[in-house]
Amino acid sequence: MALDLLDRRLLFVTGKGGVGKTAVSAALASLAAEHGRRTLVCEVDAKGDLARFFETAPTGFAPRRVQPNLEVMTLTTEESLREYLKLQLRIPLIAKIGPLARSFDFVANAAPGVREILTVGKVAYEVREDHYDLVVVDATASGHVVAQLGAPEAINELVKVGLVRDQTGWMQDILHDPARTGVVVVTTPEEMPVVETLELVERLGAETQVALAAVVANRVLPELFGRREEERFEQLRTDEGIGALVAAVRDVDGRSGHVDAAVATAALDAAELAVTLRRAKADHLTTLREGLDAATPLLFVPELFARAHGARATAQIASALSDEIGF
Amino acid sequence: MASTDAGLAGVLAAREIVITCGSGGVGKTTTAGALAAMAAAEQGGRVLVLTIDPARRLATALGLEAFGNQEVRIPDAAWAAAGTRPRGELWAAMLDTKASWDDLVRLHAPDDATRDAILDNPLYRNITGKFVQSHDYIAMERLHEIHSSGRYDLVVVDTPPTRNAIDFLEAPERMADFFSSRLLRWLIAPSRSRVVSAASKPFYTVADRILGSQFLEDIAEFFILFQSMYDGFVARAEAVTRLLRDPRTAFVVVSTLEPGPSREASFFIDELEARDLLLGAVVLNKVLPNALLDPAGSELARVLSTSSTDVAERIADDPDDARTLGRVLREVGDSFANFAVVAQREAEQRGALARRAGVVGAVPHLDEDVADLGGLLRVGHALWPATG
Repeated sequence: MALDLLDRRLLFVTGKGGVGKTAVSAALASLAAEHGRRTLVCEVDAKGDLARFFETAPTGFAPRRVQPNLEVMTLTTEESLREYLKLQLRIPLIAKIGPLARSFDFVANAAPGVREILTVGKVAYEVREDHYDLVVVDATASGHVVAQLGAPEAINELVKVGLVRDQTGWMQDILHDPARTGVVVVTTPEEMPVVETLELVERLGAETQVALAAVVANRVLPELFGRREEERFEQLRTDEGIGALVAAVRDVDGRSGHVDAAVATAALDAAELAVTLRRAKADHLTTLREGLDAATPLLFVPELFARAHGARATAQIASALSDEIGF
Repeated sequence: MASTDAGLAGVLAAREIVITCGSGGVGKTTTAGALAAMAAAEQGGRVLVLTIDPARRLATALGLEAFGNQEVRIPDAAWAAAGTRPRGELWAAMLDTKASWDDLVRLHAPDDATRDAILDNPLYRNITGKFVQSHDYIAMERLHEIHSSGRYDLVVVDTPPTRNAIDFLEAPERMADFFSSRLLRWLIAPSRSRVVSAASKPFYTVADRILGSQFLEDIAEFFILFQSMYDGFVARAEAVTRLLRDPRTAFVVVSTLEPGPSREASFFIDELEARDLLLGAVVLNKVLPNALLDPAGSELARVLSTSSTDVAERIADDPDDARTLGRVLREVGDSFANFAVVAQREAEQRGALARRAGVVGAVPHLDEDVADLGGLLRVGHALWPATG
């Protein structure tokens, strides 16, 4: 790999809803922190999921340290605005902004890009000020992230003068530098997530100047059987095979008296389900690999059967990613 | 709550509008398509499925790709290919946000000049084309338009993949709020004659400093134009809100049993209750087979995982076969155990969600992605009460 993923300064992690982008954000941040990088991980889509992956209380705008070198925060437009006003404008009215937030909401809705630029601006600011070595953003889902990353340019086009426009230059310098900023697209080996991933990768290239750093395929099932095992498995599923299996199991373990042909059939069906899922998923992974530029790293994270949440899952995903990127 | 006997068939038979909702990636679009297809096949009448963003192959299968906002009838050939003769008609339409906004402007604009000025305004194009929130409103608006046309007996709507699953419920009210807001009055007050009150002063200070006054004026111009459509918009937004609350409308919450989507589904049910909206059913997708919960199965899996060699040697014909079989048996045991853990967790989630809804439908893990009418009907049959 020409450039190590975690040597960048700002990573936007995105993907279709439900593919595990928050888990991957948490794992990437955790991995970087373990290697001594001062790391901040920000949740943008404030569902409170990120805190669960560190088993910490819900996070707010003020970063909270959850392990050595690692801080977590939740980004809201309103608080980003507040901080921006405080830092950039030195407005003496901060105390009075409270009731304004709702009004500002409308302006932000009406004026395209304002909401987005506050989000992007905040994370880029942390990089510019060198507060952290790496900022990982658990960004919005696929469709919206393009608008977010393109916000500085959109503002540049729409707004001719003013303070916001003046801010867009340094943001673009950071965002458009592939050595500093990259997008990580998380997907799962299923049809819709793969299709959306390839569409998103295309849009990122066409509509933004932010580099694609990697694609992460999450929940990849292990290869169950080779050809020979599969033939043997099919033999096992005949009436004769099942009869022999039940007899052998009862013979080996005296406690397995409840095991009968129906139970054995169900167990083999479950394995068949695993084989089928795995095969369908392998096909989708092939589509994904073929649809991506050969230079784009494709990282695999295995399906975790035990738990989908918590610090343990984060550690397991981090370990899988560590193997993949050799970090 | 609806009677559980007739299941989803009962929910569909009793309503004119069914809205599927849930977090992204749980199969909302497929569920909406499956329910509409089953209603058309089994119950008859004219049924429309209004989808927001279908997978391409499904869109192609339904003949939707080239039609945009047009409603198209699913051809007889597609039904024949699926091996079914429907009692009614199935129609499908895809939501084209931009075209729908344009239609709305044409409908409400007081005159041609205003209409053209709005359609050409760069801010308008930005808002309607790019911004997710605008999908929410327009989906509900389009639903209202289609429903009041009386063209269909049943409309099944797939909701947009919003950041927050409930955004679209509030979209009509938000739109009405916006048009009657003080902020809008401030925004569109001509800058020279602005009466700067104590209330509006901080707004101007912040807005000017952040956005620059030129941009503010651009925004103002846009909203002055837009305000000419005030009455039409507010009236429509109120009508759409009423329609969502109408007893002829029911919501179907779609989810998988994974922790994230389940939480979201549960949250969504809370929100429906809080708003006095009718929860018709919960549909659970990708449900694992019950056999995984059988303790005897786990017992078998344990023996296979721990004693695969012993078991294999008793079955195999020769040592070579025993090695292969041993690997197979260990994998069978391990994968049963792995999926049993997931199935246990999912059974808990399912119990928790089932307590909240009168009707719960479950669709098993399917071998293939749904890509045609036959696929939709396979999903639909899993949700339909067994006949005969």
